[in-house]
Amino acid sequence: MQWNSVGEFFAMGGYGLYVWGSFGACAILMVAEPLLAKHRLNEIRESLARERLADELDHQAGTS
Amino acid sequence: MGNHGRFEGCIGVRQSIIHWFRFASPQSFYPLAGRMIPWFWAAAAISGIAGLWISFFVAPTDAQQGEGYRIIFVHVPASWMSMFIYLVMAFWAGLGLALNTRVSAMMAQALAPTGALMAALSLLTGAFWGKPMWGAWWVWDARLTSELILFFLYLGFMALQAAIDDPRRADKAGAILALVGVVNIPIIYFSVKWWNTLHQGSTINLTKAPSMAQTMLWGMLLMAFAFWMYSIAVALTRVRAIILERERHTEWVKHAVE
Repeated sequence: MQWNSVGEFFAMGGYGLYVWGSFGACAILMVAEPLLAKHRLNEIRESLARERLADELDHQAGTS
Repeated sequence: MGNHGRFEGCIGVRQSIIHWFRFASPQSFYPLAGRMIPWFWAAAAISGIAGLWISFFVAPTDAQQGEGYRIIFVHVPASWMSMFIYLVMAFWAGLGLALNTRVSAMMAQALAPTGALMAALSLLTGAFWGKPMWGAWWVWDARLTSELILFFLYLGFMALQAAIDDPRRADKAGAILALVGVVNIPIIYFSVKWWNTLHQGSTINLTKAPSMAQTMLWGMLLMAFAFWMYSIAVALTRVRAIILERERHTEWVKHAVE
């Protein structure tokens, strides 16, 4: 291992901004994208569940 | 006897074709994708952690670029995936166009945002690498420009599909755009050979031994594998949403969501 201290690790031999900027950009976008995809899936599931409930209520109102 | 055996062989082939086509229906692909996603996440996490460990703690300092070269561990995987996802997306779009299979067109649609993200990351990490090494965040170099075109191709594909109301027509228009855009992929790949570019040549190619330290190579390959597994996991999540959105008026969807 080439790091003697935590400070040295974060400094990245003077390239800290560029190295952490790159890894940080990847981290942010690669956390955000799955959350957005999951959100989209949950949205449509909830919408379908509401639709189903509305159908059931309609059905009950019709029969009673 | 011979004829009999051949006859049975034919039935076997027919049955396996039917078996595979079964997954081409949204109804059976939806739960299958749901079961596969956790495995791809697990593979992405394991290879990602191992890759990051090598990137920062095992791979040695570069003789020329010092610690700045470590950007390679995200830059190259993102760039590879941006090109590879495009080819896979164009393949599914083309298959959807040729065979009129619904899931393949949906798969193409699900891959586009992930491909756009990878192209954006390739450009962003490239800018972070270009600034300290070349002294510029951006140059109009053949490699960079063709990668920027790839990013716009993804955005164009998404915008075109979003602009057409009828999903089947949107699929067709998108497929044609995706297939025409494939020509850009070899341009990106060979740009560093065809033109005199500022961007360095490939450190890994199919014909020569890689010109980098073994540990650097392993770190890069592990990170590329992690990005690959990530892309599949996200695209499968998105395709499940697309399946439900587009099939919402069918009977099976009403029963699939409890």
